[in-house]
Amino acid sequence: MNVRLGPWSMRLAPRSLAVTALLLLIACAVAVAAISTGEFTVPVPDILAALAGEGTPVAELIVNKLRAPRVATGLLVGAAFGLSGAIFQSLTRNALGSPDFIGFTAGASTGGILAVVAGGSAAVIAGGALAGCVITAVLVYALSYRRGVQGYRLVLVGIGANALLLAANSYLLTRSNIYDAATAAAWLTGSLSGRGWDHAIPVAVALALLLPLCAYVARPLRMIEMGDDAARAMGIRVEPVRAVAIVAGVLLCGVATAAAGPVMFVALASPQLARRLTRSPGVTLASSALMGAVLLTASDLIAQRLLAPVQLPVGVVTAAIGGAYLAFLLRKDRY
Amino acid sequence: MTTRLSGTDLTLAYDQRVVASQLSVAIPDRSFTVIIGPNACGKSTLLRALARMLKPKQGAVHLDGSVITTLPSKEVARRLGLLPQSSIVPDGITVADLVARGRYPHQRLMRQWSKADEAAVTEAMRATDVTGLADRIVDELSGGQRQRVWLAMALAQETPILLLDEPTTFLDISHQIEVLDLCADLHEAGRTMVAVLHDLNQACRYATHLIVMREGSVLAEGDPAEIVTPELVEQVFELRCEIIQDPQSGTPLIVPESRRRVTSPA
Repeated sequence: MNVRLGPWSMRLAPRSLAVTALLLLIACAVAVAAISTGEFTVPVPDILAALAGEGTPVAELIVNKLRAPRVATGLLVGAAFGLSGAIFQSLTRNALGSPDFIGFTAGASTGGILAVVAGGSAAVIAGGALAGCVITAVLVYALSYRRGVQGYRLVLVGIGANALLLAANSYLLTRSNIYDAATAAAWLTGSLSGRGWDHAIPVAVALALLLPLCAYVARPLRMIEMGDDAARAMGIRVEPVRAVAIVAGVLLCGVATAAAGPVMFVALASPQLARRLTRSPGVTLASSALMGAVLLTASDLIAQRLLAPVQLPVGVVTAAIGGAYLAFLLRKDRY
Repeated sequence: MTTRLSGTDLTLAYDQRVVASQLSVAIPDRSFTVIIGPNACGKSTLLRALARMLKPKQGAVHLDGSVITTLPSKEVARRLGLLPQSSIVPDGITVADLVARGRYPHQRLMRQWSKADEAAVTEAMRATDVTGLADRIVDELSGGQRQRVWLAMALAQETPILLLDEPTTFLDISHQIEVLDLCADLHEAGRTMVAVLHDLNQACRYATHLIVMREGSVLAEGDPAEIVTPELVEQVFELRCEIIQDPQSGTPLIVPESRRRVTSPA
């Protein structure tokens, strides 16, 4: 489908558009459901009133202080994980090349645990996670560098680093006192419970800064999937594009982990689910981000309501839902 | 002879391993130049250097009088195309979508699909005879069809110069001829074609300008009918041979001598 408007022109796939619109709708529906339902039901019109500061004190407390920031954090963290996963799967040309498998998330966990053990505040833990993610990424990149970085080398080195870091994380937990260990373990499952605006805002700022970068490298990244020479022949400066994409991907993963802990599987599954739904070739950034947002918030809703009043950590549900759905899609895969 | 693309005093190396030094070549405009030589003689390396995939350690590649690395990369991509030896087919991509990617150097963020883009893609698919495959998934095509699709992508780029790195490798004989005939058509339509080939007889048949390489240097270049002699073949490939006229094209046809002659002609 070709769209032309004066000097502007674009080529759009109707199916991708429809899927993107549908994902947006689902994200809104899940957000409204998550804010409205629960132990204390807030009818939809009251939500708007509360957000505008004209609701009852109880509704304002529940909506503005408890549920809305949690939903916002979920949407933003999910989108960041989805984008980060899409970027690295594209760069490595490999579905397993997602940050939760090549050590970046594990490195963030190490940073987070160290901060917990050091008795740090929530902000320090978040900072530790971000730093852990970035340091791991730099090391993995440096170790897999040989005349540029080959995708499969990055994946193999990353899987090695992942194993090493998971071992280090377990060791740190056994060496820390029982209270720190309990705090760290809760953080390690990945959770959105108790997330306030101070968690949502850093992720929002990171996304606002990094989204334009992602949009800028999206098309060249798709060309690089055909091979470095093929992309260069089309006039793409492969190394700068790759460097920008890596920086954006690492920061998105780090910021997301800092806010919600190492939620597994969203980064891996979102791009794969999005690609199969849109049937577009290669990895697509926009639909992956939306899929991540939907996957994480829907999982969190289920985690809160399924066994209420028992609350599950969202990481448990993302793994169960994402995994089951991916298996279902792969079963009838034609590619 | 005029030339838009040339390399002067090139030293080509991967890390410390020097493949060629003091190498100079000029690609005649509107020629079908074929680079040939034994394995590891540096022919693909030379092609990659000409296409700015490999930065020379010394010397420079010139395109239209400028050092190629000083020109904006997208600008070069509108003048010079390359079909690499192996490219990766994106999962699930259709023929039409892959060919459309050849328009990348002509597009901008706000102008991603102009009428010129559409016309170039239609024409490229017609020229390579893949119009009927437009909606097929590239992964599901045969090797010969797939190579025609990659060629169509390179054609959609609409460059006056097109470099091809072993375009016939992995193809059976009929598809090899099909691809080479297509290259000859493109050459006749006015393009400068440069290909690395393995088969000496095919090179002689299709090339208007032959570059013969061994161990990183050019041993001979020119019209195949004038330069290909038994002595040259022996020098380059260490193979004794007779040369007769190709009954189809009149070009040199190399008949290798084997160690044991089975029968001699009566």
